Amino acid sequence: MLPVLFSAMEFVLVQTLNGISYGLLLFMLSSGLTLVFSLMGVLNFAHASFYMLGAYFAYQVSAKFGFWPALVVAPLLVGAVGMLVERWGLRTVHKYGHVAELLFTFGLAYLIEEAVHLIWGRLAVEYRVPAELDGPLFHIMGSQYPIYRGFMMLVSVTMLVSIWLALTRTRIGLVIQAALTHPQTVEALGHNVPRVFMLVFGGGAALAGLAGVIGGNAFVTEPGMAAAVGPIIFVIVVVGGMGSLAGAFVASLLIGCLQTFAVSLDWSLGGITVSQAAPVLPYLLMVLLLIFRPKGLMGTREG
Amino acid sequence: MNQRTMHTLRAAAFAAATALVSYSAIAQNIRVAYIDPLSGAFAQTGEQGLAEFRFAADQINKRGGVLGGRKLEVLGFDSKVSPQEALNQLKRITDQGIRIITQGNGSNVAGALIEAVNRHNERNPGKEILFLNYAAVDPAFTNEKCSFWHFRFDANADMKMESLTTWMAGNKNIKKVYLINQDYSFGHAVKKAARAYLARKRPDIQIVGDDLHPLGKVTDFAPYVAKIKAAGADSVITGNWGQDMSLLVKAGKDAGLNVDWYTYYAGGLGTPTAMGEAAAGKVKIIAEYHSNVANNKAAKWDADYRKQAPKGNPDFYFLRGKIMWEMLAKAINQAKSAEPKAVAYALEGMRHAADLGEVEMRKSDHQLIQPLYVFTLQKSAARGGPKEAKIDMEGSGLAPVTDARLEAFTSAQPTSCQMKRP
Repeated sequence: MLPVLFSAMEFVLVQTLNGISYGLLLFMLSSGLTLVFSLMGVLNFAHASFYMLGAYFAYQVSAKFGFWPALVVAPLLVGAVGMLVERWGLRTVHKYGHVAELLFTFGLAYLIEEAVHLIWGRLAVEYRVPAELDGPLFHIMGSQYPIYRGFMMLVSVTMLVSIWLALTRTRIGLVIQAALTHPQTVEALGHNVPRVFMLVFGGGAALAGLAGVIGGNAFVTEPGMAAAVGPIIFVIVVVGGMGSLAGAFVASLLIGCLQTFAVSLDWSLGGITVSQAAPVLPYLLMVLLLIFRPKGLMGTREG
Repeated sequence: MNQRTMHTLRAAAFAAATALVSYSAIAQNIRVAYIDPLSGAFAQTGEQGLAEFRFAADQINKRGGVLGGRKLEVLGFDSKVSPQEALNQLKRITDQGIRIITQGNGSNVAGALIEAVNRHNERNPGKEILFLNYAAVDPAFTNEKCSFWHFRFDANADMKMESLTTWMAGNKNIKKVYLINQDYSFGHAVKKAARAYLARKRPDIQIVGDDLHPLGKVTDFAPYVAKIKAAGADSVITGNWGQDMSLLVKAGKDAGLNVDWYTYYAGGLGTPTAMGEAAAGKVKIIAEYHSNVANNKAAKWDADYRKQAPKGNPDFYFLRGKIMWEMLAKAINQAKSAEPKAVAYALEGMRHAADLGEVEMRKSDHQLIQPLYVFTLQKSAARGGPKEAKIDMEGSGLAPVTDARLEAFTSAQPTSCQMKRP
């Protein structure tokens, strides 16, 4: 009896860690999206493409200079691309309203994907976890837990804390928050509001880029990677509540754990096992939430 | 120049022109339409087949072609892996008077083509089309849906599982097997065949888990790997391909999962690169060829192909493609005609001394019966692996090393085909 109990505990523990680390990666991905949405009101369909660009830039930089420089440089490059997009694209489209912005980012996602095809080809590239982060971090009753997953969690939590500090404790953070609700007043006070928006959009893109640097070698760097995560990050933003960073955090962990544990269940419902249905569950959650609590878990506005 | 010389000149010019026309009719190329993805996500896979088939046709042409000097020519048509698109292309192909087609990517596409070819041939006697299938592995095409006009040069999904399980049955270390497959027709077929054949050959092997996951939608396989580990499996059988294959193996390595992976498509384009050294010594593949097989009579062909291969697709992959072209040339010569009906009659039942042993295009169902190999991906010799691991795949540092050769008869299964011949 005891060994059975032990292995069951081990399984639950490992799956919990898996769920949390996957959830934290999802958070890294969706935080930029929710930030841009809450600060600028732009629903950025190209967000997952910035994630992909982050992975490819990191692959290119790490091939020449190693992983650690790539960890810093690649997100900055993606941020720069994001700022260019805002300055020369979105800002012009902005005056035609939200639908035009939405369509613009939608088209941009395709453009980025085709550009990736042209530059790096259609197959996966050899972007690897660095040797110093490759291997087991610790053992839980016989199961090993990889260092890289621990590193993913660390980066993600550091990111969360720094964004929160930047937004609430720094001058620029206060200006950003003020520019949101009262752009005219902020402008009258002598701040350059368009530049604030450009920084925010670039920052959001850089966060996605960082997720790409971390996720690209943990999983796989190939042109389909943006499309693979695109839908799920929207689910997180909706479930967490449009524009709520804390909500996105909670929703990411919730969905990460939900999917992980659903995979473990072999209960059958009319011929389909829970495990088989696991990937649909986040979408089910989103639909239910939109019906019963449209503002999401921690959102402040409706829809 | 007077009238008379003018007239003579004209006559001479006319004669020359007629001679040219009739000469070109004799020497007209035998065109083969290649219908596979040449754009979109699978373009590189499609382009690899096209490059290898062009090379094969060139080699045959260099040796003098067929029917005493006629040349084989391959023309690419983009299927976009869509049955509808493939049928549109088939229309263009028949309009251009091309009579032989070949396809491999997507059993759904192959199924649509077989039906369309059957219908076309029934309605257009004397203008029939021949379909050479080099990779679509749905067993139905050589069983209940068999057609006189269709010939398959790849072992079908069940045949590969037959050979794979025959080899596994002999390995006494295998006690607990886990099945994980993509949730669509092919994944279901692999799962079903694996269960049935293992139960027949090694009833003592336990199937400790059986998972289906959505096709191409899983980013994080860690939860599946934790399940495999908790089930205590020593071997995993999977029909996964592409990203679903590489992510699964990588997640296994991260969690320190110690199993052998038995796969169909871990050697697929891009997959060795994506898996990297996580796969070394762990991933096994069942297929008809790899570049490090013993007594490889195709070695020169393989090396020559690599010298001129398109950038990004350096490997020679389809030995069955080489076999297909050689048998086609032989059948045309035997039939003394490139007419599909005559060629089809020459092809069925044909035995051919291929590079790795004799193969037979079985008359009863038009399925090629050929030897298969189980091989393991190892670190290449250049990166400190075993010395047999000479040639690596796509420069990934992973090189195939043979575990076993399974003679042609091991995969030969009975067929339910009732062939209707014209």
